[in-house]
Amino acid sequence: MLSGYVVTVLITIGIYVILALSLNMITGYAGQISLGHAAFMGIGAYTSALLYTRAEFSFWPAFLVAGLVAGAVGAVLAIPCLRVREDFLAITTMGINFVVEATFLYVPFFGAGMGIGGINPPSLFGSEISKPGFLLLVIGVIAAVITVDRWLARSWIGLAWAAIREDEAAAGTMGIDVVRFKVLAFTLGSAGAGLAGSLYAHFLTFIMPVNFGFGQSIVILSMVVFGGIGTLRGPIVGAILLGALPEFSRPAMEYRTLLYGILLLLLMRYQPDGILGERSLLVRGWHALRQQAAPMKN
Amino acid sequence: MTYGEFAAVRGVSFDVRDGDLVTIIGANGAGKSTILRSIMGLLRPRAGKILFRGEDITAEPGYLRARRGISLVPEGRRILPDLTVEENLRLGTYFLQDAGEVAAELERAYILFPQLRARGRQRGKTLSGGEQQMLAIARALAGRPRLLLLDEVSLGLMPTLVEQTFQTIKELHRQGATILLVEQNARMALSVATRGYVLETGGITLSGTAAELAADPKVKRAYLGG
Repeated sequence: MLSGYVVTVLITIGIYVILALSLNMITGYAGQISLGHAAFMGIGAYTSALLYTRAEFSFWPAFLVAGLVAGAVGAVLAIPCLRVREDFLAITTMGINFVVEATFLYVPFFGAGMGIGGINPPSLFGSEISKPGFLLLVIGVIAAVITVDRWLARSWIGLAWAAIREDEAAAGTMGIDVVRFKVLAFTLGSAGAGLAGSLYAHFLTFIMPVNFGFGQSIVILSMVVFGGIGTLRGPIVGAILLGALPEFSRPAMEYRTLLYGILLLLLMRYQPDGILGERSLLVRGWHALRQQAAPMKN
Repeated sequence: MTYGEFAAVRGVSFDVRDGDLVTIIGANGAGKSTILRSIMGLLRPRAGKILFRGEDITAEPGYLRARRGISLVPEGRRILPDLTVEENLRLGTYFLQDAGEVAAELERAYILFPQLRARGRQRGKTLSGGEQQMLAIARALAGRPRLLLLDEVSLGLMPTLVEQTFQTIKELHRQGATILLVEQNARMALSVATRGYVLETGGITLSGTAAELAADPKVKRAYLGG
């Protein structure tokens, strides 16, 4: 069927889809810019790795605890983020990323520069799952994240986030507890990143602090913005396209951070809604085409 | 019964009673909007107290005041531009949360402003200025406020829409709403209000029934252009 190489690439892309969708909850839905999403991926990865290698947890409980711990840390770290907005929020979340990465790098408990190795893939019914099995697991997690995403979008939570994103002061005057909903966005988004981090750790089987640095955060943010921030399809398509790109082009792999940084700058300036956002060229063109086609039917 | 008593913006003290339609008139920069924003909790007064139904709410955050039933239609029609008309209205019913009550409030808003019904799925920013103002008022009413604060609702509207807006305000008052109206258009404001205050830099210089104020020579000269 699929070659081992293709499956490996698909798993990597799938993990990025989870990361992009979870960042989209914080930045796309609630409107809170975060330049430190990789920190929460790292917290999930390290939680899972430590529980597995030192506390004899199996993958499944370690995976769930990784999501819980990342979500809890996200909730706590959201507090310094509440008082600041936009540009300062960007810097605060970036700072959080550096602090978290440095903690992994300098604290011996976390394996310091050597990272943590010997993290095996998950087992099911006593035997280790195959790579295609791991891919199915990742797809299952994506499906769960999408389900939560859709439920949130249709609920009062989604509406409250939209109000905060559009006009924080007005949201307050409508009875929305802005602080609570911001913390909720950071908690859920960070929990999603934690789950992705756990998958990442058990897929790579070893982790190092550099995997969860600021550069990784930029990669995730680029995927969300490139696809179309604030939509469901955007982060998924963005993660697939930008996730696959390095496989097709060696230079794209080597200069990934540089490339994505430039991409992010260009998008912000010329296409802030990415390729599939509400106001993107593609989506507006599609609507225009449909409107032109509509009168012909009558 | 005293709805709110306010003594913050440089020695300003006034009250709004149940079922009143009170207006504060005054020149630009006298602090009219500041008063409304302070009552809503968007600004915190440095001194003084705000009482609502006998309770001191001076230190309470805005979202809790909204839940007590204070509702603001801010200056400049601050609707949420990228949300649909219906989503804007739903947000107004945010703390009702019961699906049946929310549906009833949406229906009430559409009966009050029939133009909005056809535009339910359109984004707020695609509405005309007048429609946005209707949406802002409808949203504020959707939470069934005990006290409706209206900040310069006539600003930037075409004269026919100004007329229509004030008719709506009058009708809401007739139905029992308690309203505090801040306006530069003193003539219109005094024509619908029951009582009024004149705010100048330094404080409230005059108060009385709307008819008394409209007949006052100083008010006539300064605010009614006659």
